[in-house]
Amino acid sequence: MKRVTIFGLSFSLPLLLWQLLFFAFPLVFLVALSFWVVENYRMVPDFDGINWTKMFSRGVFWDTYLRTLALAAGASALVSILAFPCSYGIAFKLSANLRRLAIFLMVIPFFTSYLVRVYSWQIFLSDNGIFNAAFGLLGMGPYTMLNTDFGTMVGYLTLCLPLVVLLQVFGLMFVDRTLIEAAHNLRCGRLRTVFLVVIPSARVGLVIAALFCFILTFGDFVGPLYLGGGKPPTLSIMITDTTKAGQQWPRAAVIAIVMIATLLIVAFSAIGYAYRKRA
Amino acid sequence: MNRNWLIDWSLRAYIILALAFVFAPIMASFVFSFNADRFPSLPLGGFSLRWYEAIAEDPLVWEGLRNSMVVGACASLISTALGFAAAYTDFRYRFFGKPLYLALALLPPTIPVVIMGLAMLAFLSRVTLSGEIHSVIISHVVMCSPFAMAIIRLRLSQMDPSLEAAAWNLGAGEWRAMFHVIVPFARPAIFAALFITMAVSFDEFAVAWFVSGLNETLPVRILGFLQGQVSPRINAIGTIVFLTTMTLVILAQVLLMSRSGSVEETPRAPET
Repeated sequence: MKRVTIFGLSFSLPLLLWQLLFFAFPLVFLVALSFWVVENYRMVPDFDGINWTKMFSRGVFWDTYLRTLALAAGASALVSILAFPCSYGIAFKLSANLRRLAIFLMVIPFFTSYLVRVYSWQIFLSDNGIFNAAFGLLGMGPYTMLNTDFGTMVGYLTLCLPLVVLLQVFGLMFVDRTLIEAAHNLRCGRLRTVFLVVIPSARVGLVIAALFCFILTFGDFVGPLYLGGGKPPTLSIMITDTTKAGQQWPRAAVIAIVMIATLLIVAFSAIGYAYRKRA
Repeated sequence: MNRNWLIDWSLRAYIILALAFVFAPIMASFVFSFNADRFPSLPLGGFSLRWYEAIAEDPLVWEGLRNSMVVGACASLISTALGFAAAYTDFRYRFFGKPLYLALALLPPTIPVVIMGLAMLAFLSRVTLSGEIHSVIISHVVMCSPFAMAIIRLRLSQMDPSLEAAAWNLGAGEWRAMFHVIVPFARPAIFAALFITMAVSFDEFAVAWFVSGLNETLPVRILGFLQGQVSPRINAIGTIVFLTTMTLVILAQVLLMSRSGSVEETPRAPET
């Protein structure tokens, strides 16, 4: 088992090489790219900090950064809270068969075109859309929902809700049921049991779910652009604009690196918090 | 146990509500793709197939569909092969740097797609591989193989490692044991991985948008429609996309479920 064999290498190497060459290397190349300069609409290899100083000295960059951070953090909290009763119900209140069905149904949308689902929300949210037609029947509205932060949140919810529910369910299923019964026997109220027993026991799953929500929403450009209107932009919209309009790839690379650094910090602190020993 | 009827049923209603939220856009796309009106709203206009006719006459849609199918088929085959090999590596071997190996294998889905797109575009255009159909395939394999690996690894973890050792003891070489023991055992997961990775590739729009150049895949075409005027054609394409990916994902799930169910039914040595 300890020897290195041709057999072993022919299984371990292909993915390693592929991901080194086409995943790790392009990301590292992004760092190099951020020091290149653009001359006459052509990129020239260089070692110049101008892209960094240009981006960092722009107020609009920092405004966008804080806005994206706030949106993603807000979405993580909102989606986690909205998902929790659903996950709790699936984990504790359904029979094994119904639970399997619910998980089955939640897996489907995760792999089903987010782009078209966002377009479809436009039908619901637009000024003459389904929701306003329904509000009209009740004599209310019309409300502006498209191209607002509310629209962005609907997009984020569409993107993350299924995954957050699934991760929360897996976290909750590992909660020791005898702990809950013990709490009940000790006359701990229902809500108190949820907050003092269930949530602390499922902390790892709940934090990981919120973390994934943060990662997905922080990098999403479709929801904020097509449901939130894109003005003011988020960092991902800024990347697509900077890349697609003009040849300013080095500056887009600066934004990308700042985003990855932020994600790494958030991910490590979240995981550290999730696995911290309980005081 | 003190169960409260009201709480139980309101939680169940909440689950239904969450599922309704998740499936509402999919249903709406389906319903409005048959709606005659130009601007989708309630009440519905008459039944019409005009949007399907419109996309059927659009050569760009056909080209996008063809590109998507080529990319999906290639990306799913390659990423499932790579994912299987990596899953087997993780299942059988212990070696120095294994956590790093696994991180490299599993991390791509956590990188925001715009960043992946930018990085792939910058890198591939540097080595003059961008703007072609194979640039999309290369990037999709990066993004899909973690899913394939995870699915097949889960299946292998249900297998008793001594089965393979038994085959060796009975004189089978490593390759023979692989194709007579490991592959048959993992077969449902391999097919599930093929379907899931095809669905992921078929839906992926961001990286494909960055690197595809003129060889647009279907989701990139949809993105093009989105940037233009409101058009119910998106609903018609969307319905086709939904039906395709949902079929793939359902097939994959059924494969995984039925097999993991039958594992419990296989006779075990009686407990003493």
